[in-house]
Amino acid sequence: MNKKWLATPYCIWSVAFIIIPLFMLIYYGLTDRTGAFTLSNFTAISSPEHLKALVLSLALSFACTVICLLLAYPLAMILVSFHASKTSFVVLLVILPMWMNFLLRTLAMQTLLEKNGVLNGILTFLHLPTLDIINTPGAIILGMVYNFLPFMILPIYNVLSKIDINVINAARDLGANSFQTFYKIILPLSVPGIISGITMVFVPALTTFAISTILGGSKILLIGNVIEQEFTTASNWNLGSGLSLVLMLFILVSIFLTSVFDRDGEGTVL
Amino acid sequence: MSNKLIDLQHITKSYGGNMVLDDLNLYIRENEFLTLLGPSGCGKTTTLRIIGGFDRPDEGRIIFGGEDITRLAPNKRQLNTVFQKYALFTNMTIAENIAFGLKIKGKTKSYIDDKIKYALKLVNLEGYGNRMPDSLSGGQQQRIAIARAIVNEPKVLLLDEPLGALDLKLRQDMQYELIRLKNELGITFIYVTHDQEEALTMSDTIVVMNQGYIQQIGTPEDIYNEPENAFVADFIGDSNIIPATMLQDELVEILGIKFACVDKGFGTNTPVDVVIRPEDVVLLSPEQSSLQGVVTHLIFKGVHYEMEVEANGFEWLVHSTSMFPVGTKVGICVDPYNIQIMNKPASEDEEAVGINE
Repeated sequence: MNKKWLATPYCIWSVAFIIIPLFMLIYYGLTDRTGAFTLSNFTAISSPEHLKALVLSLALSFACTVICLLLAYPLAMILVSFHASKTSFVVLLVILPMWMNFLLRTLAMQTLLEKNGVLNGILTFLHLPTLDIINTPGAIILGMVYNFLPFMILPIYNVLSKIDINVINAARDLGANSFQTFYKIILPLSVPGIISGITMVFVPALTTFAISTILGGSKILLIGNVIEQEFTTASNWNLGSGLSLVLMLFILVSIFLTSVFDRDGEGTVL
Repeated sequence: MSNKLIDLQHITKSYGGNMVLDDLNLYIRENEFLTLLGPSGCGKTTTLRIIGGFDRPDEGRIIFGGEDITRLAPNKRQLNTVFQKYALFTNMTIAENIAFGLKIKGKTKSYIDDKIKYALKLVNLEGYGNRMPDSLSGGQQQRIAIARAIVNEPKVLLLDEPLGALDLKLRQDMQYELIRLKNELGITFIYVTHDQEEALTMSDTIVVMNQGYIQQIGTPEDIYNEPENAFVADFIGDSNIIPATMLQDELVEILGIKFACVDKGFGTNTPVDVVIRPEDVVLLSPEQSSLQGVVTHLIFKGVHYEMEVEANGFEWLVHSTSMFPVGTKVGICVDPYNIQIMNKPASEDEEAVGINE
């Protein structure tokens, strides 16, 4: 039975919305406004302002990924140790914010963190010094962690919950204390989940421009903001495409680096 | 075989209000092959987990070599466990799996290498050291799990239905392998199974459990030939359990017919249950016995024929090498020493409690 024709709509979809746009991106990236071939759109990344935006993006998304990992792993372990009924409730709490639009959530975060926002209102009420956190890299990281944490928790929770309890018991039985059991057995077995969590957090964090626009004001430019501005206000599609391709290269390298640690290749999105 | 290596005293355990073990008392001697046998939910695995340290009893104490280990963590106990589904570390090679316990104890590399070689040889899997667990068959993985446990030279090896996932032929091979290992290593085995044949084949001592209570403790021969209550008789092999009356010492009335037996001390005219194994029922021509019946079912089982004989309102299960076609009138005869007399349980509850220890 040949049912390959059932794939036709998906082929049309991917040609129209993935392959053609990708080629357009490459075309624009390799040409200037007159249509002549050039590499200047790529080398533009080395200009100080672009480089600064890229380095800041890498630094912030790295910090966000590390914080997400440190927060998510213990929570995932706690979730696994719960009874099923409790677990589904806590997992629901983790997923619930994801059902709301992410721009709305980030705008809500802005309202919380503003100079005269909810957080400072509470601090003033308690006669504590106010925090000047909005429009700082800290606010952006907070926004990223808030938005992307579930993407770290769920894959880690998934692999941890699949580890046979008797494998852990066996390690204990063979003389390992809880710490040895963790770093010799549980941690290595959960690497695929960590890898896929890292990929799912690092990539969107690296490319975001909405979070940095809303929580960073216009003062902090990430590479995402630079690209967005090239396409919109500067309407220089060629430079925007070139920078996008450079960013894509960084993403591919980061995915490759993480997958090197994942021998079984179970966890990665690639 | 005399001194108590492990002594379980008044162990009680319940999960969420559900009593799993109730005042269990049991001791295990040095060098013994002891089997905990019972249907699922009888408390046998819980007992093993309590000995291994993976569960804490609600009440009671565990004495190991004269020392109270009730509150000791599993990694501090001088025993190792072979788990039901092998529980090998899939992130490590076979050799690393076997070396795990030794590395934790800080043994030297040459000692560990020797031990890996020795253990692989012991379980007949030489040369498998560099393979990953997933590339081995179920039987091989199970042998690695055993190797991983015994390299640590435990005083006691706990085995939780280790052969449950294997097919029949492999299971039988592994039974002999386990007996050989036990004899070679000279360590105490505590074995959990629901398979009565496995228990009979391997054990020095069988502990039959049901609903959290010990029903009978004895050698395989004791358990099979002299079951102490209807549960044990029914669980171990096939049996005919028939209500009867003990008329006097060495005389019992079964289904209105008097049979000579060898049991004494039940008083006179006492209601009892008798157990007669199907292979102990002898079928003769009708005129040779005072109990006559008709064959109602006949199945060929390979080694013997299995027949059902309707006699005086009871379906007798009979195993015999001679065949009687369905509808044949037969006489039923049982040798006195093949009739096992049991006290009737006074109530439904006592049926589960069984013997009073």
